[in-house]
Amino acid sequence: MQVHLTLFGQLADITGKTEMILHDVPDTETLIKTLNEMYPSLANAKYAMALNKKVIKENTILSGDNNIALLPPFSGG
Amino acid sequence: MSNPSKNDRYQRQISLKELGEIGQQKLKDAKVLVIGAGGLGCPALLYLAGAGVGRIGIVDFDLVSLSNLHRQVLFTVHDIGLSKALRAGDVLEQINPDIEIIVFNEKLSNANALDILKGFDIILDGTDNFASRYLINDACVILKKTLVYGAISRFEGQLAIFNHPSEAKIAVNYRDLFPQAPADGEVLNCEEAGVIGVLPGIIGTMMANETIKLITGIGNALINRLLTYNSLNNHFFEMELLAMPETGKMIPKDTRAFQAFNYDWFCSAHSAFELSQEEFEEKIMDKNIQFVDVREAGEAAQPEDFNHINIPLSSLKDQIPDIKAETIILFCQSGKRSAGAAEILSKHFGKSRKIYSLKDGIAGWQKSK
Repeated sequence: MQVHLTLFGQLADITGKTEMILHDVPDTETLIKTLNEMYPSLANAKYAMALNKKVIKENTILSGDNNIALLPPFSGG
Repeated sequence: MSNPSKNDRYQRQISLKELGEIGQQKLKDAKVLVIGAGGLGCPALLYLAGAGVGRIGIVDFDLVSLSNLHRQVLFTVHDIGLSKALRAGDVLEQINPDIEIIVFNEKLSNANALDILKGFDIILDGTDNFASRYLINDACVILKKTLVYGAISRFEGQLAIFNHPSEAKIAVNYRDLFPQAPADGEVLNCEEAGVIGVLPGIIGTMMANETIKLITGIGNALINRLLTYNSLNNHFFEMELLAMPETGKMIPKDTRAFQAFNYDWFCSAHSAFELSQEEFEEKIMDKNIQFVDVREAGEAAQPEDFNHINIPLSSLKDQIPDIKAETIILFCQSGKRSAGAAEILSKHFGKSRKIYSLKDGIAGWQKSK
């Protein structure tokens, strides 16, 4: 059971990584908590979360291997 | 399509069997508004005009500057200091005199947005700040207009079609994806973060492509999906979006609520804003507002036209508990110290209070009377 995490935009700047593998993450709330502990600046960042390329808004149980992406809003034009 | 020279103009795209004469007629009948004639807007405008979109609107209030030219491909050094919207209109006119171009050389605001947008079917958002993006989204929801969204950050771009009902009659909007505006400084703009001109060129061109697909009905447009492109590694990432039931409550219900919604306020971490003399005059009799003179004691004659308290800037931090109203208007002689005071209060109260500083101070206001 692992999560393949992809980070976009300024979230990649905060973590210094565009991709990460995390193990033993039971649900998306735990994932966010873990990330916020690893990277405190992430706690204040705003982003959308996609589980296997679909946006999710509520805590979701993770079973098997999953791809999760975190996408912040961009404003530039 | 009877004029052979006009047919010549579009011959290469009419010969695409998916588009054909019918598609060309659809383009001719289409009305598309491009907001922001900048990095995204310039390429989008070029290709929409080239394709023969019958009515194109351009909204921009800004002037061309030298640092724009690496990405805003409609302009040259001869345009520096001139209106982007007017210059863009002139260039498009030269590229395609057969289409109607309507120039709005003004800043889009909640006062004019609904009037401007209602003359068009598809709206392209190529603006460079969150306040405009939320404002445009909400206007599109209220008017039921399709929104083609493009945005960039450093080497990445986002593209989506919002507020366009899918076959299942679901229309996702920008607030479904990002209900909360980021705080000031959380997301850098192009000026702060930097950008290579090619990236908005690619995303702006893709915005034009999605628009042409929507109009002509060809292909599979990015309805209710968000595409992210990374120009460094050429990765595309696409995801499906969800409509959220609670989003409806966040969007102003009607014209009146829309015009009363403060988008700068919504998109700012701080809560301090400058107040013009006219706005100040309007609020002077409002009993719910606390007016605070931050000049030093005995410095100048006290205004007698309205109720106020005196808290000199030098002791403001100690006297914050004396400020109890939800809306606070600070003033001083010239507007400088009150702006500083507004920043202090804004840091203290966050978004829990509305804090204003009178622009040009009490001296400016008394002069304007």
